[in-house]
Amino acid sequence: MELESWLISATARSLAFATPLLLAALGEIVAERAGVVNLGVEGMMVLGALTGFVAAQLGGDPTLGVLAAGLTGGLAALVHAFLAITLRANQYVSGLALTIFGLGLSGVVGRAWQGQPLRNPFRALDVPPLAELPVLGPALFQGQHLMTYAAILAALLLWVLLFKTRLGLSVRSVGESPAAADALGVGVYGLRYGCVVFGGVMAGVAGSYLSLAYRPSWSEGMSAGMGWIALAIAIFAAWNPLKALWGAFLFGACFHLAFRLQGVLPAEFLRLLPYVATIVALTLASLGRSRARRGAPAALGTPYTRGER
Amino acid sequence: MKRYRLEPRPAPPPGLVLAVSCGAVVAALVVTGFIFLGFGHNPITAYAQLFAATLGDLRGVSEVLRKTVPLLLCGVGLVLAFRLQFWNIGAEGQILAGAAGAAGVALFVPGLGPATLPAMFAAGFVAGAAWGFLPAILKARLGVSEIITTLMMNYIAFYLVQYLILGPWRGQEARGFAYTDRFPPEAALPLLPGTRLPWPTLVVAVALVLFVAFLLSRTRLGFEVRVIGQSAHAARYAGMGFTRVTLLVMGLSAGAAGLAGVGEVAGVHLRLLDPAQISLGYGYTAIIVALLARGHPLATLLTATFLGLVFAMGDTMRVVLGLPFQMTGVISGLVLFFIIAAEPVLRYRLRRAPAAPLQAPEAATPEPAKEVARGARELAD
Repeated sequence: MELESWLISATARSLAFATPLLLAALGEIVAERAGVVNLGVEGMMVLGALTGFVAAQLGGDPTLGVLAAGLTGGLAALVHAFLAITLRANQYVSGLALTIFGLGLSGVVGRAWQGQPLRNPFRALDVPPLAELPVLGPALFQGQHLMTYAAILAALLLWVLLFKTRLGLSVRSVGESPAAADALGVGVYGLRYGCVVFGGVMAGVAGSYLSLAYRPSWSEGMSAGMGWIALAIAIFAAWNPLKALWGAFLFGACFHLAFRLQGVLPAEFLRLLPYVATIVALTLASLGRSRARRGAPAALGTPYTRGER
Repeated sequence: MKRYRLEPRPAPPPGLVLAVSCGAVVAALVVTGFIFLGFGHNPITAYAQLFAATLGDLRGVSEVLRKTVPLLLCGVGLVLAFRLQFWNIGAEGQILAGAAGAAGVALFVPGLGPATLPAMFAAGFVAGAAWGFLPAILKARLGVSEIITTLMMNYIAFYLVQYLILGPWRGQEARGFAYTDRFPPEAALPLLPGTRLPWPTLVVAVALVLFVAFLLSRTRLGFEVRVIGQSAHAARYAGMGFTRVTLLVMGLSAGAAGLAGVGEVAGVHLRLLDPAQISLGYGYTAIIVALLARGHPLATLLTATFLGLVFAMGDTMRVVLGLPFQMTGVISGLVLFFIIAAEPVLRYRLRRAPAAPLQAPEAATPEPAKEVARGARELAD
């Protein structure tokens, strides 16, 4: 009984930890499927967390916060898209710059908001009929935030979109072979821009989950490396939204475990657990080279110029 | 109607590189000026105050140099790694590992006397190198993305140092504070008279720059680094030991960052303390030092000093303008954006097109695709 209730609460909490990871990872998967790496996830996430908090605090409505965070993430990603797609700059450096800039700017601007409690945070909710189920109810359908279900739904929708629709085929072809896609009349630049900006919106929304639902307040650097873990999940999941669902849950469980074992082991020692897990996961994903390479879009990280090849 | 076309420029002249880099830096400072404005400061007086405080007297200059040293040590190591196309983003963690290694010697290996400092430098180098070893071996053997693994190692180092100072290494004298005991006197680096600048690390850093420059241009290992960096494929074909070179380069690169950590604890703080106070983001900023230097070790002398200036200004910004230290991150990010945005200026030159262009419709736009594409492929490779 004790074990069962522990498992139930662990599942529920892991799901909460997994939500921002999943949202950000899904966005990155879409961008990378279109062939553009964005290492700015951490920066976009922390900017989203700040603007989400500020908008919700001023407007009095957390939904406003989510919108503002998505907009911020999208705008930040637009800068990256311009550098990476139009100027054909080094995508790795551009993304890194975005992260350094985002962490810096949020620290500067956010100082005035540091430590304030959010007046009107997202309320956790129970899903009416399902919450009554014996074990699954408390594990999955009680006390979660709407954004958690939205994230899971997004994973399913994106999987359908990427693998079952014409648009998804276009996106993937742009990431695999932009020249061939272009020859077939697919708008390479437009699709890449769209996917990168979508990735930014998702990262921003992921950040807003942190400051509006998970811990309704703003503190500097509150993304705590989650953006980087989201990047790792994209690789680990072989750029597949459904597998990202499991990947995010796994890392969410890691964060939860680190939280739960406090008192048993020193807290600082446990807080490095998710980062160790990231390295382990990436290593596992790479063992058996073919498996790791299978999902990687062939044109990932390379700029495209019309008329080439 | 004038027609222009872009031609790839194989080797941009050094003067142009310098001009474009300076232009990027100035552009970043202009944008930062608008942020000053947003906080109610006149950008011109703000910059005047910042420059006066950092370059106006010996104390200011020595503070700039104090910030330059870790950036130089990490930066030149990153130049070496980047030449190998190894994206070491982990200097931050390697600094912390080096600091912990040096602190371990200073606190727990008594009786070394005058050998204490050399032992600390050795321990710091080894600890830093060890921190870079795992990502290097994972990259060389399994192709695991070094960008993410080196970064994860930063977080791991951060929390491990926190664990040390709160747990097993917590000082007897440190009531309520999280840091170790103060180092014994023989573990403290001597300072340049009248300043707070520990001069031995400056000497070590400059010597390392010269060593790396020599290594890259005059030795077999340097040759292998250059070949692998150009084309890992060709290097493998030529039978070069990819794993061996990666490990050696990462050992040196991460070890150099470890030395920066030694300098910070032995020259500045004299104890192991909160990781956020040991490295103020030097490891990340060193990436800019290396990128601005464009693969030339000697150029880091210039670029590290510039970013050292930005860091010293960060201190002044807090005191004089009341802006948080994170402004250095904003400036760093902006500098990076503008550097890579200016890259096309270096890669291509604008030429008046010949009278009769071959592809009429495309040549009408000032950007014939072929040339750009060839350059883009070079960039990507």
